[in-house]
Amino acid sequence: MNNKVVSSLREAIELSGLKSGMTVSFHHHLRNGDFVLNMVMAEIAQMGIRDLTVNASSLFDIHAPLLQHIENHVVTRLQTDYMSGTIGKAISRGIMDNPVEFRTHGGRPSDIELGRTPIDVAFIAAPAADDMGNCSGKYGKSACGSLGYAYPDAANAKKVVVITDNLVPYPLPDWSIPETYVDYVVTVDAIGDPNGIVSGTTKITRDPVGLVMADLAAQVIRHSGLLKDGFSFQTGAGGASLAAAKYLKDIMLRENIHGSFGCGGITGYMVDMLNEGCFESLMDVQCFDLKAVESIRTNPRHQEISASHYASPSARSAVVNSLDVVILGATEVDTDFNVNVHTDSNGYIMGGSGGHSDTAAGAKLSMIIAPMYRARLPIVTDRVNCISTPGRDIDVLVTQGGIAVNPKNTELRQRLTDAGLPVVDIHQLKETAERITGTPCRIAHSDRVVANVIYRDGTLLDTIHGVSGK
Amino acid sequence: MEIIKKASAGTLESSDVYVEIEPGSRGIQLTLDSVVEQQFGQSIRALVQEVLAELGVTDANISIADRGALDCVIRARVETAVMRGKGE
Amino acid sequence: MRRSMLFIPGNTPNLLINGAYLGADALIFDLEDAVSPDEKDSARNLVRNTLKYMDLRGCEAIVRINSIDTDYWKKDLDQIMTQKPDLIMLPKTGCARDVLTADAYMTQVEQRLGYEPNTVRLMPLIETALGVENAFEIASASKRVAAIFLGAEDLTADLRCKRTKGGAEICYARSRMVVAARAADVDVYDTPFTDVNDDEGIRVDAEYAKSLGFTGKASISPRHVGVINEVFSPSQKDIDYAYEVMDAIRLAHEQGRGAIALHGKMIDAPIVARAQQTIAMAEEMGVGKAVQHE
Repeated sequence: MNNKVVSSLREAIELSGLKSGMTVSFHHHLRNGDFVLNMVMAEIAQMGIRDLTVNASSLFDIHAPLLQHIENHVVTRLQTDYMSGTIGKAISRGIMDNPVEFRTHGGRPSDIELGRTPIDVAFIAAPAADDMGNCSGKYGKSACGSLGYAYPDAANAKKVVVITDNLVPYPLPDWSIPETYVDYVVTVDAIGDPNGIVSGTTKITRDPVGLVMADLAAQVIRHSGLLKDGFSFQTGAGGASLAAAKYLKDIMLRENIHGSFGCGGITGYMVDMLNEGCFESLMDVQCFDLKAVESIRTNPRHQEISASHYASPSARSAVVNSLDVVILGATEVDTDFNVNVHTDSNGYIMGGSGGHSDTAAGAKLSMIIAPMYRARLPIVTDRVNCISTPGRDIDVLVTQGGIAVNPKNTELRQRLTDAGLPVVDIHQLKETAERITGTPCRIAHSDRVVANVIYRDGTLLDTIHGVSGK
Repeated sequence: MEIIKKASAGTLESSDVYVEIEPGSRGIQLTLDSVVEQQFGQSIRALVQEVLAELGVTDANISIADRGALDCVIRARVETAVMRGKGE
Repeated sequence: MRRSMLFIPGNTPNLLINGAYLGADALIFDLEDAVSPDEKDSARNLVRNTLKYMDLRGCEAIVRINSIDTDYWKKDLDQIMTQKPDLIMLPKTGCARDVLTADAYMTQVEQRLGYEPNTVRLMPLIETALGVENAFEIASASKRVAAIFLGAEDLTADLRCKRTKGGAEICYARSRMVVAARAADVDVYDTPFTDVNDDEGIRVDAEYAKSLGFTGKASISPRHVGVINEVFSPSQKDIDYAYEVMDAIRLAHEQGRGAIALHGKMIDAPIVARAQQTIAMAEEMGVGKAVQHE
C-alpha cells in the first residue's frame, strides 16, 4: 500500500464494508461547527444503507439533519453522551422507536473497550492528517485542539476512516492518533466551520447573581481543606463556573498555592491559571476556545488525554480519580442532591451527562453551582425529572441564597460553618426559593420511554419519558 | 373606570412580562403565553384576574407574554397597563 | 449598619428580584437616571410592588425619586411611601429650601397614610457646586435628614472638570461633605467608583473615602460591594481594642477610679464613643472578639 488516501467518502464507506444494521461512530470535537457527521450520514443514506446505530460522543444543533435519517429509518438507534436542544426536543416528542442510550464521557470509552458497544466503522474528523492516517486536532484551519474523545473509537472500531481538510506530507509531526489504527483517509473541502468549532474567547459572566455564586464557590474551595500545594481542579465553561475559576486563581496567587493539574474541557481561563503558576500541567480532553487550542499546540505542559484516560471507570486509573475539586452545573437538584443535566424545565432533553457523573464520582469535592431559581423556576425540587448524577456523588450545592452541604459530608459542613460561610439545609433552600417563586405544578410526561440514562458502570440509572403536547 | 384605549407595559426580557390591554365588552378576555405555563399557568391567570378586579376593570381584552416573571412583577406590569389604558 | 449601598435600576425586574442576594447593606432603587421619562410610571409600580412583596433579607430599602424640579417626584412619593422605605434619596439637592420642600410633602403623605412623623427619612443627594457649598445647611435643614450623599458624576460636570479615577477634582467636595455631615450629626456616603472592571481601583477609592471619614460608599456594580463592605467594616484589631476599652471602663467603675488609662493612653469620651460604635457594628456583622480580655 502506497498510502491510504481514497478518492471519495463514498469509496471509503464502500471499502469499509458498512452494511445495514451496523454501528458507526463520531467524535464531537468540532462541536457546533462539525460538517463530518452530516456529510457521512448523507452519503450513507444515498447508498441505501439502513437501520444503523449512531454512536456519537455528543450531538449538537448542527446535526439536525440526523432527524431526517431517523425518520427515514436510516438511523434506528442513538448512543451519545450529550445532545443539544434541537435534537433533544425531537427525541422527547418520540420520533425514534428505540430509546436513546445516554452514557457518560467515561462510560462511553469504557463500554467501547469492553465490547459492550462495538463500533463497525469510526469516522474521525481530523483537522490535520497525513496520507497514512496519523492525525491531530492541533493544526489547520479547522483546528480544535485535543482529539481525546476520538481515541477509543480509533483504537477499537473494526474500520477507521479519517476525514480531513488538511492533508500534510507523511509523517505528520506531533500526531495524536497514530496510523496504526487507520484504514482509509479521505480529503474534503472543509470538515467544519471554525466559528462553531471553538469560541473566540469564553467570557466570564456579567450576571450579578452568577458572580455572587462564583465568589461563594471560591470560598467553599478555599475552606474545604483541599486548596493547598498539589491541588487539582476541573470546571466547566459556564459563566458562573468560569468566574469561580477566576476568583480561585486570585486566591491561589495571593496565597502562593501551587496546584498540580487542571483537567477536563479546557478554556483560556485554565490556560491562564497554568501560565501564572497555579498548576504544573493541564490534562485536556477537549478545548473550548482559541486560547486553549493555541496552548495545547505550543505548551508541553498542556497535555492531550484520551476519553478513557480522562474518565473511564474500567481503566486501571483515570484522571478524574485524582481530582480534588470539580465545579459542575445543574438544571435541577433534588433534596437528595441528585442532579439533572439531561432535561429542561418542561421535560425536553437538552443536554446530557458529558463528564458530569464521572467527575462527580472521582473528585474529592463535587460542587454544583446553580441559582436558587431561573426565571421563575426553583432549582431545588423534591425529585429531579431525571437523575443524571446520583446525589451520593455530590458534596455541595452553591446558590446565591446559601450553601447546602450533603449531610453525608459532615466534615465539609463543619469546615464551611467554621469559616462563617452561609451554610443552609437543602430543604430550606427549596422553601426559600418557593416562597419567592410560588410552588410549581409538576410537569406532565407521556408513558413512553424515549431515553435510558446509563451510569458509568453500565447500569441503568434512570429513564427519560417523552413529552406529550406541543 | 374602564379601559378606554389600547395600552401596554413591560418587556420580553427574562423575568419580565409584556402586558397588552384594550377596551372590551365581553368581560375579561385573557390570553397567556408563558414559558412556565405548565408550572404556573393557572396561578398567573388567577393573579391577573385578581389584579383587574382590584382595579375595577370588568371588560377588557388582555394578553400576557410571560418570560418567567414573579407575581410582584406581573402585578406591577398589569397595574401599569391598566393605568395607561384608563388614561391615568 | 450601612457600609455599602447598591444602585438597582427601577424598571429591570431581573435585578430588582435578585438585589437582596448581592451582599449590599442597602439597595438604592432608582426611579431617576436609570428610568426613561416614558417608563417612570412603570418603574414606580414595579418598585412599589417589589418593596411590598419581596423579602429584602435585611437589606435597607432606599428609593431615589426624581428631583423636585420634575413632574414625577410627588407621584413617586405618593406610591413609594406606602411601603415605608428606610430612606428617600432626593437628587440634585442644592439648598435647605429643597429639603424643606420635599420634607413638607413627605409630612403630608405621612399624615395621609397615618404614619408617625419622620417615619421615612431623607438622604439628600448633593451633586452640584451649590449643593456642596450648602452642604451643612442641607444636612441640618430638617430632622428628617438622616444622611447626605455625594454624587460626583453630575458634580464634576457642574464644576466643568473631568471625573478621574484618582478623584483629585472631588477632593474638596468630599472633605466638605464629611465636615458638614459630622457637624450636623448625620451620616455621609461616598459616590460610586465607576470602573466596574478595576478591582484594585475600587479598593483604593473606598479606603480613601473611609480615611476621610465617610460612613460608607455606594456602588453601581455588585462586584464592588464586597470590597466596600470589607473596607468599611472594623478590623478584628479594632474590635478587640473596642472590647478592651469597654472592659477597662467597667473595671475602673468597679474600682471607683475616675481617670482611666489603657496601654499608657488616657481613655476619654470620644474613644469610648468610638468603641461603642465599633462593638455595635461588630455585633451586627456577627463578629465577636477574637480573644477574651479580662
